Amino acid sequence: MPKTKTIRSGSEQTGIPPAALERMLYYLKLTREAESRIEQVLYRQGKIVGGVYIGRGQEAIGVGSALQLIEGDVVLPSHRDFSSFLIRGFSLADMFANWMGRADTPTRGRDNTLHIGNMKLGIIPIISPLGGTCPVACGVAMVLKWRKQGNVALVHLGEGTTSVGQVHEAMNMAGVMKLPVIFIVNNNGYAFSTPVEKQFPVKNLSARGPAYGMPGKTIDGNDVLVVYRAVGQAIARARRGEGPSFLECKTFRMTGHSAHDAAEYVPARLLESWAKKDPVQRLEKHLLSKRIMTRQGIADLDRRIQVEIDAAVADAEARPLPQGESALEGVYCEPECWWGNHRSQERVAQTRCGCESAAFDVK
Amino acid sequence: MEKNRRVSTPETPRYQFETPGVRMAVLTYLEAIRQGIWEEMERDPSVFLLGEDIGVLGGAFKVTAGMLEKFGAERVIDTPISESAIAGAAIGAALMGMRPVAEMQFMDFIACGFDQIVNMAAKMHYRWGPAVPIVIRGPSGAGVHGGPYHSQSNEMWFVHTPGLKVVMPATAYDAKGLIKSAIRDDNPVIFYEHKFLYRRIKEEVPEGDYVVPLGKAAVRREGNDVAVITYGAMVWTALEAAELLDQEGISLEVVDLRTLLPYDEEAVLGSVRKCNKVILLHEDTRTGGMAGELAALIAERAFEDLDGPIVRITGPDTPVPFSPPLEEYFLPNARKVIDAARKLAKY
Repeated sequence: MPKTKTIRSGSEQTGIPPAALERMLYYLKLTREAESRIEQVLYRQGKIVGGVYIGRGQEAIGVGSALQLIEGDVVLPSHRDFSSFLIRGFSLADMFANWMGRADTPTRGRDNTLHIGNMKLGIIPIISPLGGTCPVACGVAMVLKWRKQGNVALVHLGEGTTSVGQVHEAMNMAGVMKLPVIFIVNNNGYAFSTPVEKQFPVKNLSARGPAYGMPGKTIDGNDVLVVYRAVGQAIARARRGEGPSFLECKTFRMTGHSAHDAAEYVPARLLESWAKKDPVQRLEKHLLSKRIMTRQGIADLDRRIQVEIDAAVADAEARPLPQGESALEGVYCEPECWWGNHRSQERVAQTRCGCESAAFDVK
Repeated sequence: MEKNRRVSTPETPRYQFETPGVRMAVLTYLEAIRQGIWEEMERDPSVFLLGEDIGVLGGAFKVTAGMLEKFGAERVIDTPISESAIAGAAIGAALMGMRPVAEMQFMDFIACGFDQIVNMAAKMHYRWGPAVPIVIRGPSGAGVHGGPYHSQSNEMWFVHTPGLKVVMPATAYDAKGLIKSAIRDDNPVIFYEHKFLYRRIKEEVPEGDYVVPLGKAAVRREGNDVAVITYGAMVWTALEAAELLDQEGISLEVVDLRTLLPYDEEAVLGSVRKCNKVILLHEDTRTGGMAGELAALIAERAFEDLDGPIVRITGPDTPVPFSPPLEEYFLPNARKVIDAARKLAKY
């Protein structure tokens, strides 16, 4: 019988090699700084238009989970999991350029924010009516289960999204079919302006796991080591063929819902108390206290990240905007289609239509 | 109740197959769909089925009967009652290189999976380039006293969604050839089967492989006086009317669209230019129906060829009512086509 568990802290005795810990810090910081560049610089300069949704304060969830994926796994990140895209192999320049609506990008200017996907990299993006990726994750997981390679699908959603009917349909289907899928809830306290107490009548969302025949855990989503361990356990379970898991990662949204939301409805004391649990600082402190990194090493890392971001912004800005009439192209996937031609230049795995797809040798 | 039955099963098949030696079997419209899916599953291991009650039961209408036994539970999947999860799982599997065929037990229930179809499947290729080769199929249409939730013709929900293809066969030959094309297509295809035709239409269908291309209409009967542009079960209504009008010396040309999105503009315009008068006929309700779209196309591109007003014959703007007299009133029939054609012929 699956049980609901609550894990609060676990920074000790991680068993994670120092190099992996340094990699975690790198991605936490890179994500924090890249998103800050987007929200506080590029958006204000008018170089990025449209909606800007970032995940400041909740970087540990994406980093602690995506770093454990292997080739053949598929991740379906939420709009606050920037790190998943970088870890799975999108370049920072591709990400910035896509936000800028440039032509030579993963969406060719057709979609914005983190609506970026690539099956070769095993990454499927959200659609704005959130929750839709949960059923899709089930379909991905069905195929992964048939392939018997031990691969998993990992889908992120916000706590507000757990109120959407499709999420329940997907959790139920995953439970019934024992699919290798892990549902990770980034519970950041607010769904736009709606606080958790108006969103669901339970203290911990992990109670929903057992209701659909899977283990449910509530963890500290601001401790990347806790996330890493809990997600690792869920992934291991799925790889063994034991089915889905549900993880609630408690965190806090340290920004507005979007760059145009001042979030005056969020009490200041909440922001203050959560600022003390900042995931980047926590890992930094841990690495210093364990003498895995020095202050000088961290300062060097910070500098390197700024250089990397500067270069990516310059790369993105140098890319052209799309021609207006290209809006008509690529509605359908046809032989010799527009996307196929574009993709072929990128040496991405091709289906017979010429478009990318996860290579699947049916036996 | 039966006096205005709108479908006449043709006594002889209207289709001639040139290939010598092709074996023919008399199949119902439903059997033709089953045979098409069956053959696709045999030729392509990436094709699989999912839906409610499709395995052990073989589907509410038995379209998938025998498939579980033949292809096994991994390829014929009985799902929970979750249209969003069915459609979404189909999309996820398609992204992984599979060719899922998802059944909606009734096309009325497709509303429960709407977001996955119009927001996820339809836009995915345009947004970031992957192929989404899924088929969502199921029974639609009225004439079986099914009431408001087992009778709808809701194809226009999807015809108004760029990125989808929408198909509705009228004949058994087409049913098999179109389902095969739909399965092989790299785009999401919404495949409407008219439940009134399932067991009422029988014709000789070639055994083995052939396809009917998506996006191509068929002229079901050649004529000179009035063109009737239609699809689905109404093709038979139009043919019935044409048969009767023939005795009065009014010659109807009947065009079966077969695919509603993208539809065959040239076939529509060709028949309009030939007959100079046109009736747009469908079972679906009037406002926002396919007839309105066709009327706009004809007005834009064949205005000079018209010798009379464009006439629409459609269901009224109501839900599909249950009680037989109400349902009969709702449905277009041959009498309405005949009346309209007589008036048009006088122009």
